[in-house]
Amino acid sequence: MQIDVQTVNIEQKNQTFSHLKKRFGDKKIPSRYQEASYDLQAEENLHYRPTWAPEQELYDPNLSKIRMNDWYDLKDPRQFYYSTYTLNRAKQQETMESNFKTVESLNLIEGMPDPVLAVAQDLLIPLRHANYAANMNNTLVCGYGYGTVFTQPCVYHAMDNLGIAQYLSRLGLMIGDVESLEAAKQDWMDSDAWQPLRRSLEDLMCVRDPVEVFIKQNFVLDGLLYPLVYQRIVDQNLVEQGGSGISILTQFMTNWYLESKRWVDSVIKTMASESAENKAVLEEWIDSAANHFTSVLLPVAGLAVAGNQADELVSEAHDELLQRAKKAGLFK
Amino acid sequence: MDIKKTPKKLNVKEKYRLMTRDLAWEPSYRDEKEIYPYVDYEGIKVHDWSKWEDPFRLTMDAYWKYQAEKERKYYAIIDAHAQNNGHLNVTDARYLTAIKLFLQSISPGEYASHRGFARVGREFAGVGPQVACQMQSIDEIRHAQTQVHAMSNYNKFYNGFKDFANQRDRIWYTSVARSFFDDAMSAGPFEFLIAIGFSFEYVLTNLLFVPFMSGAAYNGDMATCTFGFSAQSDEARHMTLGLECIKFMLEQDPDNIPIVQKWIDKWFWRGCRLLTLVAAMMDYMLPKRVMSWREAWNIYGVENGNALFRDLARYGIKPPMHWDDVEKSIDHTSHQIMLGLYQWKFGTAFHSWTPTASDIEWLKEKYPTTFEKYYLPRWEYAIAQKENGGEYNNFGLPKLCQTCQLPCLFTEPDDPTQLAHRETEYEGEKYHFCSDGCQHVFEQEPEKYVQAWLPMPSMMQEPLKGDLAAWMEWASLEPTAAGEYASSEDKANFEKWRKQVSTD
Amino acid sequence: MSRVFIILQANEETRSIVEAIEQDNPDAEVVHEPAMVKVQAEGHLVVRRETIEEEIGREFDMQELNINLITLSGNVDEDEDALTLTWNS
Repeated sequence: MQIDVQTVNIEQKNQTFSHLKKRFGDKKIPSRYQEASYDLQAEENLHYRPTWAPEQELYDPNLSKIRMNDWYDLKDPRQFYYSTYTLNRAKQQETMESNFKTVESLNLIEGMPDPVLAVAQDLLIPLRHANYAANMNNTLVCGYGYGTVFTQPCVYHAMDNLGIAQYLSRLGLMIGDVESLEAAKQDWMDSDAWQPLRRSLEDLMCVRDPVEVFIKQNFVLDGLLYPLVYQRIVDQNLVEQGGSGISILTQFMTNWYLESKRWVDSVIKTMASESAENKAVLEEWIDSAANHFTSVLLPVAGLAVAGNQADELVSEAHDELLQRAKKAGLFK
Repeated sequence: MDIKKTPKKLNVKEKYRLMTRDLAWEPSYRDEKEIYPYVDYEGIKVHDWSKWEDPFRLTMDAYWKYQAEKERKYYAIIDAHAQNNGHLNVTDARYLTAIKLFLQSISPGEYASHRGFARVGREFAGVGPQVACQMQSIDEIRHAQTQVHAMSNYNKFYNGFKDFANQRDRIWYTSVARSFFDDAMSAGPFEFLIAIGFSFEYVLTNLLFVPFMSGAAYNGDMATCTFGFSAQSDEARHMTLGLECIKFMLEQDPDNIPIVQKWIDKWFWRGCRLLTLVAAMMDYMLPKRVMSWREAWNIYGVENGNALFRDLARYGIKPPMHWDDVEKSIDHTSHQIMLGLYQWKFGTAFHSWTPTASDIEWLKEKYPTTFEKYYLPRWEYAIAQKENGGEYNNFGLPKLCQTCQLPCLFTEPDDPTQLAHRETEYEGEKYHFCSDGCQHVFEQEPEKYVQAWLPMPSMMQEPLKGDLAAWMEWASLEPTAAGEYASSEDKANFEKWRKQVSTD
Repeated sequence: MSRVFIILQANEETRSIVEAIEQDNPDAEVVHEPAMVKVQAEGHLVVRRETIEEEIGREFDMQELNINLITLSGNVDEDEDALTLTWNS
């Protein structure tokens, strides 16, 4: 290939790095995502076994029940590497910043009906603790998962969860100052509605199979929670009751869920199509966790809507999740 | 509670506490030990995680905003660098050896740090250090990626870049850096933080990034200078994390002090051995020099290190055990390493050379007590061999140090004419070391260091069984990327292209 | 007494920051090296938001320093008004 830059004609020696040529050929210049992601993790001749778990390798694909011939098949359809990830989030952050300003300058919180604010306080603010658990869980997947294309998005996802916890904290500070956060923490620790979820997250934080954690956190729990809380309760119920201001302040969460579920679904689809054994493991995890988290989220939904409707909303979210699982090739 | 209360204005510290510290809770359904299984076994005692001081208080919104700004600047520069044949702006293609070595050895270390910090960001039982370590984890993948992207353009035109992924796991000298990071990652979470966060980031990265990157700029390589300085702006946060972490450990319990001291001793030595490669980069591979390794060491090692250890003395921490040996070695290591690389140049994925007349003048001036006396004669011998049509090569395989993995080519601290060599017997096997420092590290944890993968012995085993050519192919060591710079394709191409630019 | 320092990338944005630091630390020494500028002082150095704001004629968030910061030395204390570097010895 020839490049022409005004005065010089220079013949390129290499179109790309050898490991990318081996994977993708050298007909096309590799993308920055490919350069930034493939084969970055050390593969062989690792020097020492971990002193914290000598039965493991330093990078160990056998930490999971899921087996992949090539973990680099699990690519992120968003093609996030640090730069694209950060630029994307910075843009979203700018929108959120102006959303916060709008809500503040129009006094939207003060004008909001009390029942709406009560739902925001009781349902949304305690969720910041659930996001903290999601942050920890994704950090584990990034640390102990195998292959950069699988582990890299998990650190982004971990930081996103921290960001969401911080947006929820700002919302709490707006509606009830520091006391809002204190009351929400009290609820998280003691109130009946939140205990099943808190218990389940403590359980999940004891799981060490990185893919199991990924599936249960990012696919199952988030796949139930975001459609239930943000798409249905906030964007429909609260908006109908005069709570648009809340919906503006949770816009990041709504969009983030839609964006990141493409990635999560694609990972599951690739793992499931790899082998019947993988498919069976994924089905077992998803089936049990989906039933479990559905029942866990029922009292949470009950904080916002009456019993019957809570049942209805939670089972809608459950159906939606199973539809996603089917589209990814599971349960058929 | 009072909904719709007008919020108080919170200061940064209070706001940050609410946005991070306050998110975690004390588990009651599961035992903390199940959630944080690795936090105790090193013997570090923590009584109160909330005493952790957050050095920089970046919430995610600010993080995204400022990091995006850095990224925009960085990619604008490397795009322009690629479009305008920026590679032809470097002083001289010799310089490329330095950045080849960087991509093969340092960038994989950035990646390892990314993974290591994700692990400790999960394993610490306090939310303060968790979040700080996670932020360092995401920064470190940034560094690995910006480095690969900067080198990608050089790879299009020069040898020695394209196989960095394979070379990371197989070449003898890349094993030096990888064993360092593998050593840290296979240690517990607190030791990892002392290794990377404190010893490497705080005490040593300034030596790597500040004078060398300034040198890159001085030699016309804006791509490298930009990733270097852009990365270093994150390092300022990381260094502060390392310092806070050590203060936290020391303040939590007096029993932690001897453990921390032992780690400082070990990791300072490990880091200094790793940086001998940077010493050679600074003294030999920058055609235009900003400062010598000795000068950089005086500023960032001696002056800064002394300030740090004077500050830590109030906890009972002493300067690292082998500090004096390092100090004695500073005027020697760059020359010893470069002579080593030159004699084994058939087995490297970069070029080397004998110093030119002006290089020699500069080295004499910067190393008045050592260069002319000990190293110039060896360079003159190599130059004479070349002039007589020969080549100065050493096809004997070097004996590698079991700990740092460098060839045993360093001299005794008090006798520069005597090669240093140490041996320890462990479970009936003999192990070799380049120095007291490396022997000491081994003897503290022999069961760990006997596991080290040594590239030279592996060549003698199945399936290579001593076949040098097969070994070179296996490690992606291509003749075009190795050997004498003067006769290299890189030099010929660079000069041809430069001429084209200046004459067209 | 030990020396603390802060090093910034040398560019248009940091010119005014360096000038502000010089104003607040009359004893500080400014050293220019290729692509970077180092400000050093004995024991203590302070970077103040207000002084930077006067220099640049707009609001400044201390965390903006991150963009052009290369490295620093000393114990760090940062809040919304200032960043201070100190050695306790």
